[in-house]
Amino acid sequence: VTTYLLIGLGLAIVAFAVLSMSDNLLQVEAHKMGSDSSKNNFSVFPKLSEIFGASKPAFVGQSAMHNLRQGHDIKLVGKAEPIIHTDIRAKTFAVKPTNFRGLSPIPRMLVSVGDEVKAGQPLFEDKKDNRVKYVSPVSGEVVEIRRGQKRAITDVIILADKEVKHIDFEVPDISQSSREDIVSFLLQSGTWTMLNQRPYDILPDPEIIPANIFISTFDSSPLAPDYSLIAEGKETSIQKAIDVLSKLTSGKVHIGLNASSDAPSKAFTSLTGAELNWFRGSHPAGNVGVQIHHTAPIGGTEKVWTLSVPTLISIGDLFLTGKYNAERLIALTGSEFESPSYVKTYQGANIGDIVNGNLKGGNTRIIAGNVLTGQKTSTENFLNVNDAHITAIPEGDSYELFGWMFPVIPRPSVSKTYPNFLFRNHEFEPTTNTHGERRAFVMTGQYEKLLPMDIHLQQLMKAILANDYERMEGLGINELTEEDVAICEFACTSKMPLQKILRQGLDMMREQG
Amino acid sequence: MFQVMIALQLCLIFGTYNIGHQHFIAMGQYGGFLEGFHLKFFHGLIKILPIFLVVHAVGLGIEILFAAKKGHAVEEGFLVSGPLITLIMPPDIPLWILAVAVAFAVIIGKEAFGGTGMNIWNVALLARVFIFFAYPTTISGDNVWVSGFEQVAAGVTTEYGWAHSLFNILFGWMGLDTFASGGAVVDGFTGATPLALAYQGGWEAVTSVYSTSQMWWGTIPGSIGETSKPLIILGALFLMFRGIASWRIIVGAVLGTFVMGMIMNAWGATPFMTVPWYYHAWIGSMLFAIAFMATDPVTATATNRGKWIYGILIGVIGLIIRILNPAYPEGWMLAILFLNTFSALIDHYVYEGNMKKRLRRA
Repeated sequence: VTTYLLIGLGLAIVAFAVLSMSDNLLQVEAHKMGSDSSKNNFSVFPKLSEIFGASKPAFVGQSAMHNLRQGHDIKLVGKAEPIIHTDIRAKTFAVKPTNFRGLSPIPRMLVSVGDEVKAGQPLFEDKKDNRVKYVSPVSGEVVEIRRGQKRAITDVIILADKEVKHIDFEVPDISQSSREDIVSFLLQSGTWTMLNQRPYDILPDPEIIPANIFISTFDSSPLAPDYSLIAEGKETSIQKAIDVLSKLTSGKVHIGLNASSDAPSKAFTSLTGAELNWFRGSHPAGNVGVQIHHTAPIGGTEKVWTLSVPTLISIGDLFLTGKYNAERLIALTGSEFESPSYVKTYQGANIGDIVNGNLKGGNTRIIAGNVLTGQKTSTENFLNVNDAHITAIPEGDSYELFGWMFPVIPRPSVSKTYPNFLFRNHEFEPTTNTHGERRAFVMTGQYEKLLPMDIHLQQLMKAILANDYERMEGLGINELTEEDVAICEFACTSKMPLQKILRQGLDMMREQG
Repeated sequence: MFQVMIALQLCLIFGTYNIGHQHFIAMGQYGGFLEGFHLKFFHGLIKILPIFLVVHAVGLGIEILFAAKKGHAVEEGFLVSGPLITLIMPPDIPLWILAVAVAFAVIIGKEAFGGTGMNIWNVALLARVFIFFAYPTTISGDNVWVSGFEQVAAGVTTEYGWAHSLFNILFGWMGLDTFASGGAVVDGFTGATPLALAYQGGWEAVTSVYSTSQMWWGTIPGSIGETSKPLIILGALFLMFRGIASWRIIVGAVLGTFVMGMIMNAWGATPFMTVPWYYHAWIGSMLFAIAFMATDPVTATATNRGKWIYGILIGVIGLIIRILNPAYPEGWMLAILFLNTFSALIDHYVYEGNMKKRLRRA
């Protein structure tokens, strides 16, 4: 009997081997032919992750879902409540030439102090390419043109009217007009300056047709605003924008959706004419760069566009109403706000006007953006063009004596040397202190645990510091921007300024062309 | 850094006690592990403290000097190298040789390359390898692993110094046993380590002197910190769980050792080759070297794939040196330094592979 059993077992193994080999060959063939583009399981066998991993949420349906294992969510106190203050509190607004990478520090001014402007009226233009107009977000009077070092223009400040008056643009019919017509309309209306081209995060070149367009509909960074809330009631605008964008690219419009929390807004999930990709994982799963890497990675000299949800709404509104819409919902977040909530305002609003009366007082750091990538700012300053939230946390300028020996004050950390991993949902109240000094690259494998991309980040950083262009490109610098490496910078034991080094490398690559 | 120091504490305490334990075993006194506890512990302390102090005085002194010269803060790196160097020395190492070795390791091995985080070779192993090649009689052979004797042969007596006399006053006052000069090595005690025995006569020769449980718990002669296997494993698990030491390197190296051990078993040409593959973890410094030396993040490979290759090769090469080379009693020091040299090359090919993949996309 044992012999027959052994023969039977042997036959079963042979049969399984033949089956799995042909199955593998089929998968390879499917991948080569491109029928496997959805990254769905093509094999007859279920994947291990399908058996043992958490099941797909029901709202994902049949669309492709990417499970990202690397990353880390930093949970902080002060998430914005879904309360929207609709009265516009800000009185002054500014457009900052420094927000637009590649624009010369002294653009050609089209208005001067004292001029009355309407929303959508050009304030200045690029000396190298005068088709690109930078327009006013509101109507009102130009009250000041602030200059910084070497006479560079830092802010063009407008005192807003009570009621915003818009320029009425003539909207082209998108079903009949050519790509050039739509591009020139976007340029003329100033909406072009809301677009972003990768690599390098620059304003798109009107001559270049993007290979694909990517939109992430969620932000996984600490205390990020909820785009589903922002998109509420804007369904038609967003669909309109997708219709417009799909005429501008040679590829597809890709929408990145969040599969790790509640179902996202219908405004995103029921879009037509776009490819929906679901992502499940911790920060930086919501970063558009990570999503590009997993859906259609940038290859060779390709350029792609990346857009934010507010930009999508602005484009849709422009084509629906013919008005330049710079309205934004800004989330006020962080432990130093009395009531973290959303406020309605326009691009470039004065920060003091928005936050005053809501701060707890004390030694506070106000950050335009999130705690990982944001900029230190102050109440006299203005929002940057792409800011979606303001974070306020306590200043961390007090020194912790022997802090390296006794980690007693709770603080966010990715390291298992802190007991944090036992309390996954604890919300921390950190200060701005980085708790460390700069060291050489010592620990290895730290960045790779946090960056869900096939990129050797530490070696890439070394290549940048060594000005090695070939390696920078080969190791994938073109797939990254600052926000993608921010979580690694937070976790870095050696306190390496990764975002700064990366930008230095991106600038070098851009200058090389 | 701080975590590594915590992980080393158990080895450090046990190592201190084991110095005294081996010393009295050689004289045939206090045969039980806990008998003569105070004598064993303070004898160990008298041996280990000078080593510890000299290592740190020389090492940190040089670090501070270079930090002052280059104008940066003193970096923590040596606070890990210091205890590690202490733990891989024989108990009777002459202090001036130790000082020279540490100076060599820190200046040539580390500061010459730019300081903490820039070194190519493991600093602690560099100090040991310096002594190994410059003063081989102080760190190899049968005479150096038991402290307090000129030579470990029957009838050789021991003389205690002033430090022991000081403790004798204290012990006498408390009514405890005291250190008595003139104790002699008993007949039949050789001081040979399991490795030396295995080389001569295979596993039978080892087990005729030491039992497997003795080797497992660590009450055998050897470098100060390398003997107790459970404490090393505890430290290694602690470091792996905390994410300080790479589990890929540790698993890879253990795997490499065992696979190579099986190949050697199958070959079986010399007595050492016939030692069962799983008992290689019982003898010598294999576990200590893999847990604390191979996992040094600065000198190991940086990529995950590279860590596997690096770990497995350390296991394979370490065992080849241990078994096949009669001149070197133990292989891990040389295997790790060898792989340190090649870790950049291993990483280079991993990066090249990544770059090729990206270029194919275009």
